[in-house]
Amino acid sequence: MTTTVYVPRDAAARSMGADQVAAAMAAAAPEARIVRNGSRGMLWLEPLVEVVTGSGRIAYGPVTPEQVPGLVAAGMLHGADHPLRHGPVDSIPYFAKQERLTFGRVGLIDPLNTDDYAAHGGWAGLRAALELAPEQIVATVLDSGLRGRGGAAFPTGIKWKTVLETEASQKYVVCNADEGDSGTFSDRMLLEGDPFAVIEGMIIAGLATGATAGFIYLRSEYPDAADALHTALASARAGGYLGPSILGSGKAFELEVRMGAGSYVCGEETALLESLEGKRGIVRYRPPMPAVQGLWGKPTALNNVVTLASVPIILARGGAYYREFGLGRSRGTLAFQLAGNIARGGLVERAFGVTLRELLYDYCGGSASGRPIRAVQVGGPLGAYIPAADFDLPLDYEAFAAKGAIVGHGGIVAFDDTADMAKLARYAFEFCAIESCGKCTPCRIGAVRGKETLDRLRAGDRPRHQLALLRDLCDTMEKGSLCAMGGMTPYPVKSALEHFPEDFGIERTPAANASGTRA
Amino acid sequence: MASMRERAPRADAADAAAPALDLPPEIVAAIDAAISAHRTRPGALLPILHDVTARIGYVPPAAIASIAHALNLSRAEVAGVVSYYHDFRDAPPGRCIVKVCRAEACQAVGADALVEHACTRLRVAMHATRDDGAVSLEPVYCLGNCALGPSITVDGKLYGRVTPERFDRLVAQVKP
Ligand SMILES: Cc1cc2nc3c(=O)[nH]c(=O)nc-3n(C[C@H](O)[C@H](O)[C@H](O)COP(=O)(O)O)c2cc1C
Ligand code: SF4
Ligand code: FES
Repeated sequence: MTTTVYVPRDAAARSMGADQVAAAMAAAAPEARIVRNGSRGMLWLEPLVEVVTGSGRIAYGPVTPEQVPGLVAAGMLHGADHPLRHGPVDSIPYFAKQERLTFGRVGLIDPLNTDDYAAHGGWAGLRAALELAPEQIVATVLDSGLRGRGGAAFPTGIKWKTVLETEASQKYVVCNADEGDSGTFSDRMLLEGDPFAVIEGMIIAGLATGATAGFIYLRSEYPDAADALHTALASARAGGYLGPSILGSGKAFELEVRMGAGSYVCGEETALLESLEGKRGIVRYRPPMPAVQGLWGKPTALNNVVTLASVPIILARGGAYYREFGLGRSRGTLAFQLAGNIARGGLVERAFGVTLRELLYDYCGGSASGRPIRAVQVGGPLGAYIPAADFDLPLDYEAFAAKGAIVGHGGIVAFDDTADMAKLARYAFEFCAIESCGKCTPCRIGAVRGKETLDRLRAGDRPRHQLALLRDLCDTMEKGSLCAMGGMTPYPVKSALEHFPEDFGIERTPAANASGTRA
Repeated sequence: MASMRERAPRADAADAAAPALDLPPEIVAAIDAAISAHRTRPGALLPILHDVTARIGYVPPAAIASIAHALNLSRAEVAGVVSYYHDFRDAPPGRCIVKVCRAEACQAVGADALVEHACTRLRVAMHATRDDGAVSLEPVYCLGNCALGPSITVDGKLYGRVTPERFDRLVAQVKP
């Protein structure tokens, strides 16, 4: 019997030599069938090689190409013992203790094989949706409680309802695959590890809203995802899932990939639309909302990759099934991404309500350096820094908002006690200055002034004066910016100042609390 | 809103009024090929600029007029787009392009030190191409490899956990 060996094709695995491992495996075990899967999300073990045996898929990792002949000689193809062996992959605690809904197939299947996709529940949501009226699809998504996973957490069903109810000759679905936040890679892992789920979600969005064309706006930093999408789109077309009549239903949907060009602000939905139209990615005034006047002025359902890929399972199993996970107004699961100075970095899909401490210590084993974790930044470059004292905070949109923080796209970046929080605050302004679209003054000028003011503060030049300036400036940016780029850059700055004043040369006294962060 | 609507591209690439290019013929041919591959797509400008970049490595300022002409846009509109996006460059890059991630998750594991090391090893400043044209060094803000940082790309290929020693091996093709 041919043994099947899985070697990930995920970009993170490839960045650690997965291609060379696959080649070495083909040479050392020519009789084996090698499948290039997505990543299981246990990124510190990449390249993680799995061998299919009678007692499950046995994991070995991290494997270097040089180790492959030895592994094969030691009986790896029969699941034999070895220092790199972790046992059946689904009994590794990091993986076993997850609630994988959206990422259920990522790492499990051959991501580019439609049959494998179908054999693992693929297309069931689409088939269910084809039996429903658009209003019923929207009602199911509303019922699930799904909120946008791109950052703003807006209820997806409400957005779709607006698009559905806006009459127009043409409507669009746009998938936001710009994933610019540092510390995030869940969109990438889905696009590479289960691209059909994103495609299926977009087709369902089309059926729900009456849109017949879709675009995936993909950041150019993700060439592997682009390749996976192009291949997947071709097979979806060949299989009749895309085209003038989806599975013979008479309903049309066509889909195209467009590449971004290295601009962070193009992840903002209206800048993204401008960019898709072939212009500079400058943020638009709202209203009109994109759901009413979006791409080329037409009603557009614009959603994040993870949002869209969560839709098929909601249609297949029902809104109530999905809503069962989570707490409060944060329903379902989120794919948390653990990054930075962390021992076992990777992706953990859990229902909302899990605490930072569980993620950072139970799953990830603390920092990579072995030093105490001093702070984490949650939600990307516009997210607040959270000190160790607050690690028991449950990950829930409202609980975070109450602390002046955000969950965002679920990225969690850990820093140990050598991190200079003043330098990171300065970086927040610097990044905003680099990436600002330039449309409004508080952001365009404010970011530059903020950087300069922090430089003077760090140099000890009239600290009280600089603090007062900084407070004013943050206030102006928060209140006067057109979008969250300028509006939320103060979050990391103020939180760093509030929790780590000593890094700014300020004594830790209540008076030094310049931030006014809603506590 | 008129600005939201797509302007019709010109019907024919070989339009008599198309501006002549002061560039080597193979570059002109590459630019023409990129234009005709995408000009009829809605929102064709970014796909054309990406295609030109893929073919010749940069967008020559002299190409702006012909792209503008083909898409019925003003030169300022095209030039504005080229300068807005980090991916498009108006001068040829070095023979090897090294990008080092400078975003937070990579900073948490030593990206700043890696940037310094890269400048020293490659003998070039960030954002610059070395005088001999051997290498360009650029910052990038997240490569989606944030659990395995610091991350870099060398000619588009992604590498994780890049120590100074690993960096030196990955850029071995660039003479110090
Ligand atoms: C500066 C900025 C950058 C953003 N970047 C992204 C991004 O990379 N991906 C994303 O899905 N949403 C991003 N967003 C949020 C989008 O504007 C939008 O809310 C989201 O894509 C809507 O999809 P969702 O409802 O499914 O989350 C960004 C917002 C801002 C202000
Ligand atoms: S806040 Fe910044 S990025 Fe947003 S619209 Fe204003 S200038 Fe542009
Ligand atoms: S922060 Fe460097 S790869 Fe994401």
